[in-house]
Amino acid sequence: MIEFILNNKTIKTSNNAGMTLLDFVRYEQRLTGTKIGCREGDCGACTVLVGTLSQDNTIDYQSITSCLSPLGNAHGKHIVTIEGTNLPKELTVAQSALKENHASQCGFCTPGFVVSLTGFALSENELNSENALNSISGNICRCTGYKSIEKAVDEICNKLGSVNSRKSLQTLIDNEFIPQYFSEIPERLKQLKVKNNAQTGITYVSGGTDLYVQKADSLIENNVNLITNNNALKGIKIEGNTCIIGAGKTVSDIWNHKELNTFFPKLRTHLKLVSSEQIRNMASIGGNFVNASPIGDMTIFFLALNSNISIINQNKNERTLLLNEFYKSYKTFDLKDDELIKDILFELPSKHTKFNFEKVSKRTHLDIASVNSAISFSLEDETIQNAHVAIGGVAAIPKYLFETSAFLNGKGLNTQLILDSNEILQNEIYPISDVRGSSDYKRLLARQLFFAHFIELFPEQFKLTDFVQ
Amino acid sequence: MKKNKVDIDIKQSIKNIDAYTHVRGESIYVDDVNVREGTLFSVVFDSPKAHGKIKSIDYSKAEKLQGVERIFTYKDILGENQIGGILPDEPLFAENEVHFWGQPIALIVAESEFIARQARRLITIEIEELAVITTCKEAKEKDNFINAPRSFNLGNTEKAFGDCDYIFEGETFSNGQEHLYLETQGAYTEPLENGNIKITTSTQGPTQVQKTVAKVLGLAMHKIEVDVTRLGGGFGGKEDQATPWAVMAALATFHLNQSVKLILNRHDDLRMTGKRHPYESTYKIGLSKDLKILAYEAEFLQNSGAACDLSPAIAERTLFHATNSYFVKNVKTTVLSCKTNLPPNTAFRGFGGPQGMFVIESAIAKAANEIGVSASEIQEVNLLKENDEFSYGQTATQVEAGNSWYSAKSSFNFDSLKQDVKDFNNSTSAFKKGIALMPITFGISFTNTPMNHARALVHIYQDGSVGISTAAVEMGQGVNTKMLQVAAQVFSIDNSKVKIETTNTTRVANTSPSAASSTADLNGKAVLKACNALLERLKDVASKELNTNKKQIKIKDEIVYMNNEQTNLTWTELITITMLKRIALTENAHYVTPIIQFDKTKEKGHPFAYHVYGTAIITTTVDCTRGTYSFDSIKIVHDYGKSMSKGIDLGQVEGALAQGIGWMTMEEIAYGKDGKLLSNALSTYKVPDLFSIAKTIDVVPLETEGNDMAILKSKAVGEPPLMYGIGAYFAIQNAIKAFNPNYNFKFHAPMTPEKVLMSLYEK
Repeated sequence: MIEFILNNKTIKTSNNAGMTLLDFVRYEQRLTGTKIGCREGDCGACTVLVGTLSQDNTIDYQSITSCLSPLGNAHGKHIVTIEGTNLPKELTVAQSALKENHASQCGFCTPGFVVSLTGFALSENELNSENALNSISGNICRCTGYKSIEKAVDEICNKLGSVNSRKSLQTLIDNEFIPQYFSEIPERLKQLKVKNNAQTGITYVSGGTDLYVQKADSLIENNVNLITNNNALKGIKIEGNTCIIGAGKTVSDIWNHKELNTFFPKLRTHLKLVSSEQIRNMASIGGNFVNASPIGDMTIFFLALNSNISIINQNKNERTLLLNEFYKSYKTFDLKDDELIKDILFELPSKHTKFNFEKVSKRTHLDIASVNSAISFSLEDETIQNAHVAIGGVAAIPKYLFETSAFLNGKGLNTQLILDSNEILQNEIYPISDVRGSSDYKRLLARQLFFAHFIELFPEQFKLTDFVQ
Repeated sequence: MKKNKVDIDIKQSIKNIDAYTHVRGESIYVDDVNVREGTLFSVVFDSPKAHGKIKSIDYSKAEKLQGVERIFTYKDILGENQIGGILPDEPLFAENEVHFWGQPIALIVAESEFIARQARRLITIEIEELAVITTCKEAKEKDNFINAPRSFNLGNTEKAFGDCDYIFEGETFSNGQEHLYLETQGAYTEPLENGNIKITTSTQGPTQVQKTVAKVLGLAMHKIEVDVTRLGGGFGGKEDQATPWAVMAALATFHLNQSVKLILNRHDDLRMTGKRHPYESTYKIGLSKDLKILAYEAEFLQNSGAACDLSPAIAERTLFHATNSYFVKNVKTTVLSCKTNLPPNTAFRGFGGPQGMFVIESAIAKAANEIGVSASEIQEVNLLKENDEFSYGQTATQVEAGNSWYSAKSSFNFDSLKQDVKDFNNSTSAFKKGIALMPITFGISFTNTPMNHARALVHIYQDGSVGISTAAVEMGQGVNTKMLQVAAQVFSIDNSKVKIETTNTTRVANTSPSAASSTADLNGKAVLKACNALLERLKDVASKELNTNKKQIKIKDEIVYMNNEQTNLTWTELITITMLKRIALTENAHYVTPIIQFDKTKEKGHPFAYHVYGTAIITTTVDCTRGTYSFDSIKIVHDYGKSMSKGIDLGQVEGALAQGIGWMTMEEIAYGKDGKLLSNALSTYKVPDLFSIAKTIDVVPLETEGNDMAILKSKAVGEPPLMYGIGAYFAIQNAIKAFNPNYNFKFHAPMTPEKVLMSLYEK
């Protein structure tokens, strides 16, 4: 039995946990404001909010694409569709801003935008237009050209700015950002007292952001083994110099983590290149690893941090290996059927550590890379140590560049070293031509992104023209 | 006009009348209709090969699957297995041969879509493959054409080239474009009594659907009712290609006497439907020393796909717009609609016009680069002037090409923008800027003259509220809002008193599709005519009631005025009196565009009611390390005439611009040599998102008188602004050239980051 609150209604359903939340709200509950645009998380028309009760009895709301979310993941949550944001008659601030700025034409994408922006109002994200725009980074509109939407977003930010405390649901209710019933949700969720549902399925599903793109029908049909609420896979711990991230943690969890943002000052700049806010709210790090895409952004990121992963089996036996030893060949990796990745472990950067992430795709945001790359190394006395270079999209696996990394170690940082390293890099990669680009392009891009690491990290020391004529 | 004033005008202008339900998720699209009990769901089984003979198909396993009701094929068609609009060359279901990957072969009807999808996986098909053609060049070599070539000619190019100081030749390619209407194709069909069928669907052409369903089912048109509330985007993709899905669902309803729903999922939609036509073109341009274009020749090879669809009409518009905003004395342009094994390509905002304009802009860019001037110098001296002749014989009048060009240059201080770009490029090595101007001239009317008509049915109900039916289909462009404005303005009643009804073939019949940017003009004029007739009738009644002359009567803000003085007679009372007097409160008006004509035997005439003009200045920054780009600003002076709905019209400009830039930059359709669509999902086909839009977009209205052929002098705005996006290509190219002097100009759109990076480092 899956129990949750859908808008203002308590749901108890015996529907299959693997069916999508989208199908449930549209066809079982007849809430047709949530639209189907693509069923692969790439358009945002099906955006809904998921509210999770936290220990202090407040609710954290996040936007997700309901097309990729198994119904079972709604268990114990507050799910908000567009209908659940409506006031009885008046428009909410987000709705009114979109209407008044001519930001809705055919209207098909509009509910998704409204829900995302309502999510922003409910979130604890710092109030600025960049964060507000990030909240709709997963929403595609084919009619407006977005300028009118930007104006609406500005208006929403202004109105939010005049609200004293967004943390209080009642303030948001009083200012017509959300309807009245939200105030009772924390108590109602607490009363729900849901037990974890026994998971009997064969296929492990975490955020679902890739599995539901690949094989939704088979997940709907067969039982799924949902691990999103598995606490053993949660948590971000810092023990000495080591950071341990539970494999079930999402990209947004990392985005929001204060200390990690201190250790990686450009973390959000990098993560903004990873999909959209809706997807970041769902996609787990472990899921990205086992998806084993040669172009997985987070995989490349953590490869360059020389991460270890710990793997646990059903008997709770654990083993640890380097992430760069995990991948064997295309979509093949060192994990048995009864095993799960439990944690990602890596050394936190010291003051000598340099880290950079680069990604180029046809569209800068919410796209899969043509090539992505990350690098980390420490630089003391102008000498490189602990170099780790990873690059995606140029091999059958997310590629850790063993030779290039080794070559960099112990050497002085200068233009010639970088040029020479690129020669080694070029011999370590073997891109193929596909819809993300020709092999020639990927080879050139690999070189450019490798150069870009150094230009980004040492803007005073290197410029593009040092590397290319 | 001052920017602040423009912004205030826009903020205050009428909002889309659907906005309230849109933002609340309460607007109804096809898939949201409350279906009848027992409704069946369906999925299309399509060809897994691009060309071949069907040797065998085994449906047995699929048919046996629990929950499958029936599988329909061409054998179930009692009328004609034919859905071609212009030419009868496209079957609804393939019979013995398949001609494109994704061609429909059967419709699986089941208790749920999920079951239908499972059943589809159980169908096996054996196809004897035949040679696959995916490009125009191959088609031309094999003489594979849809119809005879068309040519528009003016003067004598051969002779004129003799007088030219410069002559340049080259080739260009512009790729297709996926419409990506957010709402996929779909239909819901219900059986009515006596074998009649009601179809609720997402189409720009309700009559086309009605006609085709009747033909395929072998029924009279009056047995088929088509109803359209709104579309979740169309962009031309639902002009002709919304039809087959409605026909299939209707066929199933006809046989099963049950309601049937068919909604394409995104992958099916991408694979099975046609797109903007890719064009492979060659040009020859000749200029005098003072940069006058003396002669221009172009051969356009249009990749029409496997069937005619609307290709000949689209090809024709390519010729109409082959010289864009320029007057060229000697023109020779030819278009060939090439038959290939791609899905039949179809209408897409601009309708062949953009493809034609890209070629002359390429020719100008090439000439400018070779001569060593900037393209804008060539553009400027050749701009169309009053009384110039288009290659199709129409004389240009009320020309705003120069006006928009010079206003854009002065209002946005083009010279200083240009200098900024130069300074930036001189001081920066890892980033380069590029700037380009893009003028547009776009003809308004269906180029097929007989299609330029519309009707409106206006009811005034006895309580004074008004209901209006037209042929206009609301797809986000705001046409319903404009129809409402016309009626509210004529009657001088509050907007809330007017309701725009669904577009329904039983209320307004024999309609032209909502297309060609003309929907508001044609239908608006019909509404205007009907409302005016009713108003006259009401004034008659009022004058008798007030014992005065009709000329003294005026209705303002729902009050009857006599000699400009308020009376006690209100709108509502006047309606009651009229009703009691047994005078009709309903009017049906028919409008046809005057003046226009075109003689296809001579390829000369006056096909357009008027033209829309404008000029865009596009500035881009290219990241020369990564090969990516962003747009700093797009500054536009656009000829709206007297815009009746400023916010809606600005939305059309900005939306079309985004699509035009998408077409020119990131939207890349890819087919394999085997004819399989590779950009077959939203993960591989990218349209502009929030972050890829220019940082600033300024659109300043050109102050003009408007045109009487436009509804309330408010000019058509749907398509023309798309072509501003063409400038994006040339802006990026200019930035590349600033980084890499060895770069050899290429005209191969879209300009993806891949092409940019390869060009930046081309030797």
